[in-house]
Amino acid sequence: MCRLFAITSKDPLSPMVAIRALDVMKEGHDGSGVGLFMTDLGGDFEQFRGGPILSGIFSNTGIKALDRYMMDMDFMTKYKLSFRPTKIPPAGTPRRDNYLIRVYEYPSGWENLPEEEIQRRLMQCRLQLREMGEKDESMMVFSFWPDVIMIKEVGDPTAVAAYLGLNRKELQARTILAQGRQNTNYAINIYACHPFFIQGMATMTNGENTAFVPIREFLMSRNEPGYSGYQSDSEVFTHILHYTLRRLHLDLETYKHIITPLKDEELLNHPNGPWLRLLKQSCRPLIIDGPNCVMGCLPDKTLFMVQDSKKLRPGVVGGNPGMFAFSSEMCGLDAAIPARDKSRDFQPMKYDTVFVGPERQEVGQWSQMDSLSRLH
Amino acid sequence: MEPDGQLKPSSLSTTDLPWQILWSKKKCCLCGRCTAVCPVQAIELGVHRKRVLQITLGLAEKPGNVFSVYHGIRQRTDVAHACIGCGMCDMVCPNHAIVPMHNDEPDKLRFHINQGGVPRRRGGRRNARESLLDEIKFVRISMLTDPALDAGRHEFELRTLLGRILPPEEALRVSREGGWMPPVREIYPLILGGMSFGALSPTMWEGLQMGVAYLNEEMNIPIRFCTGEGGCPPRLLRSRFLKYIILQIASGYFGWDEIIHALPEMKEDPCAIEIKYGQGAKPGDGGLLMWYKVNKLIAAIRGVPAGVNLPSPPTHQTKYSIEEAVAKMIQSMSMAWGFRVPVYPKISATSTALAVLNNLTRNPYAAALAMDGEDGGTGAAYNVSMNHMGHPIASIVRDAYLNLVKIGKQNEVPIFAGGGIGKNGNLAANSAALIMLGASGVQVGKYIMQATAGCLGSERDRCNICNIGLCPKGITSQDPRIYRRLDPEKVAERLVEVVVSFDTELKKIMAPLGRSTSLPIGMSDAIGIANKDAAERLGIRHVL
Repeated sequence: MCRLFAITSKDPLSPMVAIRALDVMKEGHDGSGVGLFMTDLGGDFEQFRGGPILSGIFSNTGIKALDRYMMDMDFMTKYKLSFRPTKIPPAGTPRRDNYLIRVYEYPSGWENLPEEEIQRRLMQCRLQLREMGEKDESMMVFSFWPDVIMIKEVGDPTAVAAYLGLNRKELQARTILAQGRQNTNYAINIYACHPFFIQGMATMTNGENTAFVPIREFLMSRNEPGYSGYQSDSEVFTHILHYTLRRLHLDLETYKHIITPLKDEELLNHPNGPWLRLLKQSCRPLIIDGPNCVMGCLPDKTLFMVQDSKKLRPGVVGGNPGMFAFSSEMCGLDAAIPARDKSRDFQPMKYDTVFVGPERQEVGQWSQMDSLSRLH
Repeated sequence: MEPDGQLKPSSLSTTDLPWQILWSKKKCCLCGRCTAVCPVQAIELGVHRKRVLQITLGLAEKPGNVFSVYHGIRQRTDVAHACIGCGMCDMVCPNHAIVPMHNDEPDKLRFHINQGGVPRRRGGRRNARESLLDEIKFVRISMLTDPALDAGRHEFELRTLLGRILPPEEALRVSREGGWMPPVREIYPLILGGMSFGALSPTMWEGLQMGVAYLNEEMNIPIRFCTGEGGCPPRLLRSRFLKYIILQIASGYFGWDEIIHALPEMKEDPCAIEIKYGQGAKPGDGGLLMWYKVNKLIAAIRGVPAGVNLPSPPTHQTKYSIEEAVAKMIQSMSMAWGFRVPVYPKISATSTALAVLNNLTRNPYAAALAMDGEDGGTGAAYNVSMNHMGHPIASIVRDAYLNLVKIGKQNEVPIFAGGGIGKNGNLAANSAALIMLGASGVQVGKYIMQATAGCLGSERDRCNICNIGLCPKGITSQDPRIYRRLDPEKVAERLVEVVVSFDTELKKIMAPLGRSTSLPIGMSDAIGIANKDAAERLGIRHVL
C-alpha cells in the first residue's frame, strides 16, 4: 500500500519534513519510490514566482536536446538548481546524469497572450519534451509550471532524499505533497510515481483504482492532449480533477460528487438531488470504485483529501492555524506537527471532503449529504 | 420388405429419427397418458401380434405356434409425427415406463422435413451448443494490492442507464438554460427481452408481469420487460405497472392501434419504446406468429382476423433510409409521449451494425442501441435463418463499444446486448462478460422461459415447437387446454427466484474484481480468454 503525506504551512518548509513523515509510516509502504510536489515556494525560488519551472531528470544528451528545444522556443533560463549526484545511488535507484529544476523566462512572443493560452502552451511544451525523451529515456519531465517543483525517483524515500540532498536550503515550499511508493501493480516506471500533475493541480492516491480502464478510456476520448500517460492507474484522479475544474468549470465539492456519487436512494432526499443525478449520469464513466484515498492540491494552493465511497483507506488531517498536514496515518501527522490539539484531528469518511484553503487557518469540511454551497 | 414400390423416399425407421422412444412393456400399465399428452402424436396405441413357438420334447407332439396379442406403444415414423424429444410422456407416466432417447446416429429426418415444399419452421434458437461467452473468465481478482469486496455485506449499486445521456458539458449547459433533457431511466441491467403476447401464452405473460411487478415493488430490483411485437393487454396499458414495460413496435405494428388509443388514459409512461428492426434468431426477416396461435384474444389485441399467419415484413414499410425514416420514427414515437420516454432501435447483430450506431450517435433522440446476436431465440422462424444467419454478439458489442470510445460517446448511447445469454445456464457470467466488453445491459428471453416455466427446448433440437402452439408446458400455446397447465403464480415466484439469484451471482463476480459502486461497463481489463484469436479480436487478455 502507498503512504501519503501533505503539508501546508505559512512558513516555508524543507521537503525533509514530508520525507520524515513518510519514514515514520514506513511499516505501511514498501519504500519503493518517492514523489514530491512542492508549490508556494520559498527559498531561492520565491523571487521567481511568475516564471515557469521545469522539473525532471535528464541524461547528458537529454540536457542538450532540452537546451536546443527551449532555445528554439525562445525560453531563457533565469535560475537553475541541478544536481549531479556523484555518490553511489541507494539500492534500487538507477544512476542518473542530472536532476534538474530550472526557472525560465517566458518567450517574448508570449507576452500578450491570454492566461489560458499560456497555460495551454506550457502543458504542450511539457508533453512535447516528455515525448521527445520517452524512447531513449533521455528526458523525464514531471512539471513545467510557475511556482511548482516536482521530484520523483525510484527507491527508499529517506535514502533517495539523502542521496539527492533534498535538505538543501534553496529547496523550500509552503505546500508539499509526498508519496512513498512506486507503482507496484503495473510495471515499475518513474512516470507512475505519484503525485501527478496537470496545469497547476496535483493529486496522489493511496490504493488501487479498480475502474481504471473505463475511466482512462473516457478521459482519453475527451480530446484533451494532457489526458495521457497513465503509467499508473492513479493518474486519472488528477485528470478527473482537471476535467471537473477546467472543462466543467465546477469546484472541488463537485469533484467528490463526480468520483463517488451518492446512491440513487440518497439522491432522492438530497436538496440538489436532480442536479446531482444529472451529474452522476453524465459523468458515469468517471465513477471510481475504490479503495482510494485521494489527496491533492488545487491551483490556488488549497489542499484536500477525499475517500472512496466505501472508505477503505486510512487518512487523517490535523494541525494548528498556520500549519496543517494530511497523512495516511496518525504517526505521520504526529511526526510533522506533534504540538497540536489532537482532539481536533479529523478522519474523513465516505461522504466527506476535507480541505485547508490558501490562508491555512482551519480545516474545512463538506459532506456529500449537505446541499451544495454553490448554486449550479 | 415388400418389393412392390411401397417404400417411399421419405419412409423412415425409428433409427432415422433424432429421438427414439424407449418403452418398457414390463412397467407399462396401459393408462394411455403418454399418448394423450404427446404434443405431436408421435406415439400411439400399438396392438402388437406375437408368435410364440411351442416345442415339446419328444416326438409325440408336433411343434406348434401360439399367437398372442399385447398392447403397448408404437412410435410413428412419418415426418409429421416424428418425436420431438420433449419427454412429456416420461413426465406423465406413473411407472416411468417410457422415455425418449437421443439417437447417437445423425438423423435422416433433417433431409425430409420439408414435405410439401415448405422448409422447416420452428421455435427455439440456433442448434449449436458452444458459447464464446462461456469461455470468458474473470481474471483480475483483487488480492493483496486492494481488498476484494464482500458480495454479501457490501452495498452494491447494480443499475444501468437506458436513455440518451448528454456529455457532461452539454448536460450542465442544458440544465443551466432549462432546455430539453433527454429522458433517462435508471434500471436493472437485466431486461426481459421482447416476448410478445401471442408468442407467449396468457398464463406465461401474466406470470412474468406479476414477477416483474413484485421485483420492482417489493425487492427494489428495477427490472423491465419488453413486450415484443404483439401489443399489450388494455388493462396493463392503463395501469401503473406500465412503467415497468418497454413497448416494442415492429414492422407489423401489431397491437399499436390499441396502444395509441390507450394513450390518453395512461396513468404512467412506459419505461421506453423499442423499435424492432431485427432480431438475432431470424436476422433480416420479419416476426412470425403462425395461424395456430392466432385465436380470438390474440386477434383482438393485435387488431387482425383470427386464424391467419401473421408474418411481419422484414423491414418497416416506411423505411427509406436510416437518416430519414429511422430518425423520423424515433422522433414520432418520442413525440407521442411528449419526449418523456426513451426511444431506441433494436437490430440483429450484423457486420453493418457500426454504420447504424454511428448514425444513432448523430441523432439526438436515439436513446440506445439494442443488438441481438445469432443465438437469440424466437417463437417461430425458418430453421435456416435460425441456424445460419446472424452475427455473434460478443464481437459486435465490443466493436460497437470501442467505436463509441473512439468518438468519445461511450456514455451517451448505451448498448444493450441479447442473444444466447445464459444459453448453457451461465446467465450471470455471460451477462457480466458482455457488460465488461461494453454493454450497458442485457436482454434475455429464452433463459427466462427455461428457468421460470420449465421450457424444454434445447440446442440439441429438443422440442422447439413453440411456433405451432402445442408447447407441452403451456408457455407458448394459445390453447386453454394446454396453457392452463401453467400456473402464473408459480411463474412469478420462479422469476423472482431467478432474478434474485442472478443478482447474488452478479455481485459474486463484481466483488472479487473490487467493483460495487457502478456497473463495470467496459472493464475489459478484468476478463480473459484462452482462445488467442478471440482475445485478439476482443482486445482482452489472453490467458492459458
